[in-house]
Amino acid sequence: MTKRQVMFTFPQELIKEPIIYNLSHQFKVVTNIRRADVSENKGWVVLELEGEDGEIEQGITWVTSKGVRVDPVTGDVVEG
Amino acid sequence: MSYARALRCRKCGQEYPIQPINLCDFCLSPLEVIYDYKAMAKGLSREQLARGPLSMWRYRDMLPVEGKEVDIGTGFTPLVKADNLGRELGLSRLYIKNDCLNPTYSFKDRPVSVAVTKAREFGFDAVACASTGNLAASVAAHAAKANMKAYVFVPSSVEKGKLVGAAIYNPVLMTVEGSYDDVNRLCAVLAQHYHWGFININLRPYYAEGSKTLGYEVAEQLGWQAPDCVVAPAASGLLFTRIWKGLDEMSMLGLIEPVNTHMYVAQAAGSSPIVNAFQAGAIHVHPVEPDTIAKSIAIGNPADGFYALRVARQSGGGACAVTDAEAIAGMRLLAQTEGIFAEAAGGVVIGVLRKLAASGVIKRNELTVAFITGAGPRTQEIMADSVQPFIVQPTLESFEEVLGVLA
Repeated sequence: MTKRQVMFTFPQELIKEPIIYNLSHQFKVVTNIRRADVSENKGWVVLELEGEDGEIEQGITWVTSKGVRVDPVTGDVVEG
Repeated sequence: MSYARALRCRKCGQEYPIQPINLCDFCLSPLEVIYDYKAMAKGLSREQLARGPLSMWRYRDMLPVEGKEVDIGTGFTPLVKADNLGRELGLSRLYIKNDCLNPTYSFKDRPVSVAVTKAREFGFDAVACASTGNLAASVAAHAAKANMKAYVFVPSSVEKGKLVGAAIYNPVLMTVEGSYDDVNRLCAVLAQHYHWGFININLRPYYAEGSKTLGYEVAEQLGWQAPDCVVAPAASGLLFTRIWKGLDEMSMLGLIEPVNTHMYVAQAAGSSPIVNAFQAGAIHVHPVEPDTIAKSIAIGNPADGFYALRVARQSGGGACAVTDAEAIAGMRLLAQTEGIFAEAAGGVVIGVLRKLAASGVIKRNELTVAFITGAGPRTQEIMADSVQPFIVQPTLESFEEVLGVLA
């Protein structure tokens, strides 16, 4: 079991969708929200994902395919 | 012994002992080093600092290090009075902080010097980073000096030629088959799996502190005063916030008068999440997909964007972006007025400075410092079309003929 800290950024059209709920139901991933800011036209959520590496990876791939941007909570690691 | 007391969460204030971590366990926000400023102030004076080595390590007592520093000769770079450029832009008290003149040709040597020093203190035998240029070179160079192993991760899309500046120091260089985002994710995972000092992950709180020395130096070089205006580039936003912190600390320690510096963020229009947030009046910075020639500041999801935004606002400064064409024009202008060949990020700074001066945001008599943080030659291909030589035959006639055309 590993833990992964990530930030989800939601575009306006996905604000109403229960993405995080579905993530934890479709994959064996425990979601733990630590910080968030969601308004009517944009939103981000900082959360910790806990589960097997493969489940987390598949979960992130699914979330990304829905149109949510997924970043490491550290921000971009690659620098100039 | 240093005056560093603990790590503290920048959001919720939770404190942690000095150790190689970068995130608050509770709210997953970044941590920063806090100091015992009272004790630090007692041991510091202008005279004592001025007697120190001509490097960033003259400010050692203000940095979070205990052991011997890993130093390749970084810092105390020139602060040049830019009269020619100032005339062009209508600024009479303009200075350029030329941080191209560090050992690996960018300001990154400052934060990396502190980070690798801490890595050695923490007992790591390897350091790692993900970079497309400046950071990679600096980490590899410092690891060589410290006799440590360096792992450098690079997206496979980066041309080989750009990696010479890092490869020469013989790090373990890995190009990752995937996008920038894939490299970001891989590195976040690697940092958890391997006992490495990951420069901008678990060493980030210490890495950050090295950049404060840019603020210290400018204040000292200006005769122990803070400038009225600062124009500095922002990628992750870390450098920008630390220039401010450096000035603020100097004032807190009684080394300079209270600071009233207006801080201006400079970004490339193709990667300007902080400028976008500033202009939209937003509190948070939303990620973007970078698309600019200014690769060294092309960060779409800036780790310290929130804090850079706050510094720009609280200091009564601002944020401004310029196009790639304006950045190239800025590079030319800086080179042709002051003899300084900056990388594209420097062109962005000069482009922004030009806009701020032209619009009267920065006024003629304000003491202004523009930060040039990386040298041009590493990415000189973007200026290749500026090479347009006159062709002469090896005869006097031919020469004079061409000269005649010139005259």
